[in-house]
Amino acid sequence: MAEDTNKFDVSYVAYLARMHLTDAEKEKISAQLKDILAYVAKLNELDVSHVEPTAHATPLSNVFRKDEVQPSIDREKILKNAPEQVRDLFIVPKIVE
Amino acid sequence: MSLHTLTIHELREKLQRGNVSAREATQALLDRIQAVDGKLKAYLWLNAEDALAQADTIDRGGVARNGKLLGGVPIAIKDILSVDGQPCTCASKILKGHTSVYDASVVQRLRDAGAILLGRTNMDEFAMGSSTENSSWGVTRNPWDLERIPGGSSGGSAAAVAADEAFAALGTDTGGSIRQPAALCGCVGLKPTYGRVSRYGLVAFASSLDQIGPFTKDVADSALMLRVLAGHDRRDSTSVPQSVPDYTTTLGAGVKGLRIGLPKEYFIDGMDREIDAAVRAAIKKLQNLGAEVVEISLPHTDYAVAVYYLIATAEASANLARFDGVRYGARVAGEDVIDMYGKTRGAGFGPEVKRRIILGTYALSAGYYDAYYLRAQKVRTLIRQDFEKAFERCDVILTPTSPEAAFRIGEKTDDPLKMYLSDIFTISVNLAGICGVSLPCGFTKSPRLPIGLQVLGKPFDEENVLRVAHTYEQATEWHKQRPPL
Repeated sequence: MAEDTNKFDVSYVAYLARMHLTDAEKEKISAQLKDILAYVAKLNELDVSHVEPTAHATPLSNVFRKDEVQPSIDREKILKNAPEQVRDLFIVPKIVE
Repeated sequence: MSLHTLTIHELREKLQRGNVSAREATQALLDRIQAVDGKLKAYLWLNAEDALAQADTIDRGGVARNGKLLGGVPIAIKDILSVDGQPCTCASKILKGHTSVYDASVVQRLRDAGAILLGRTNMDEFAMGSSTENSSWGVTRNPWDLERIPGGSSGGSAAAVAADEAFAALGTDTGGSIRQPAALCGCVGLKPTYGRVSRYGLVAFASSLDQIGPFTKDVADSALMLRVLAGHDRRDSTSVPQSVPDYTTTLGAGVKGLRIGLPKEYFIDGMDREIDAAVRAAIKKLQNLGAEVVEISLPHTDYAVAVYYLIATAEASANLARFDGVRYGARVAGEDVIDMYGKTRGAGFGPEVKRRIILGTYALSAGYYDAYYLRAQKVRTLIRQDFEKAFERCDVILTPTSPEAAFRIGEKTDDPLKMYLSDIFTISVNLAGICGVSLPCGFTKSPRLPIGLQVLGKPFDEENVLRVAHTYEQATEWHKQRPPL
């Protein structure tokens, strides 16, 4: 884990996260994340080869319900929060050329 | 006595007798907010007219007098929970101007119990932080010392209750965001068991850790609020279909014979001396009241912060993907849709949220998943097992809530790791999914700042946690102290 921190490519990770960062932000976050990653490397001290992972702490699994039609939220109300909309639609940038 | 200083159970008595109306209770808070919130900035949004209209409806219907648990009681809500028709920004620029279009389940429960939805309280952006300094709308100040932080991320809710600007407030706790600010502001903050309270209508930060809970002026009010909030909800598949006890009736059972565990890993060299002394005095007090004390061990405590910052950021990176400028929130135009996402998110998120999205995305990315995320999940199992073993030997666990009292505004903003370590005593609780409460147990001398005692319990054993907290509280005067505003 520790040597991986040298390979940390903030531009690539920002691209994966679909989040623009300025050069100043990239520099700052890279430096801070190196410290944080060095800190979390302490998890390597433990032998976890025989430990099952915990995804959540609830005693439940596979919660099912009947697939029934329920009243939903008013369309007009929802569209009021849209950054751009026309009639009953969200407007988005062109996706297919 | 001014109305705003009352606890909920004191106010309820007056409301039920008809000595006080819901309008008067609401107006008392509005006056108090008018007088002190300019200094504190606990509230982000408040609509006096709307609050009074809700109160009038309750007064007209006689709701306060028909035995409803919160009939006529105004409650403040952290700016991360949906209240139909009210703004919800998560203290983020990316949600500026956003209005909720439905009630969160907890909000609906408050309404059904007769409460008035008073206003929105400040927080760290998307609940990421320990000081409320990460709010896009400005810092909330600690009522005990205006140069200091109120804790976080639910700092606005904690400050509002501590300063008598609310009878109670809702917060959320992902790694300590209810308990730590409650400790730093000197009120009672309860983090229920994972699954005890529905999260439908809560903007998700880390779904395997998030839980909603109340801030109150004393433990009896905490029990009352939990009774209203707890219970199964078919709209949240992680909420557990288990009956809800009447927490208010078991409060007074005392602590005779109850076993209190003290984890040796939480009483370490280098801890603030005044906090150490206050917590040890509290333990002594409970011993005198009949509790038994046993030393326990939570051997993986030292790994909790590392596990938390991998799991919480990984889940956050996925949850916050929905803020993309398409269906709600701000949008910054781009050359194409990918560019639009990038610019919208780059402009909309603040520094801490960006840092965590980057860390979480990295921890989940190809080639690093096993080394970071999966390994963290495995160590999480060890932390959970530590608590299971410990609870074989004791009924509740006692610790300090925070390793230090409220720190100065700006003191830790440049060092994220140092900020993360201020959650060292609260984080394991979320990883294990158990319940815990923080309540006042003393003050530092100079400056005079509140100290918090943390009581932890087995999953779904809020009854014993509240019972121990109440027994201690009633034997002390700490909860009656008010900040000099």
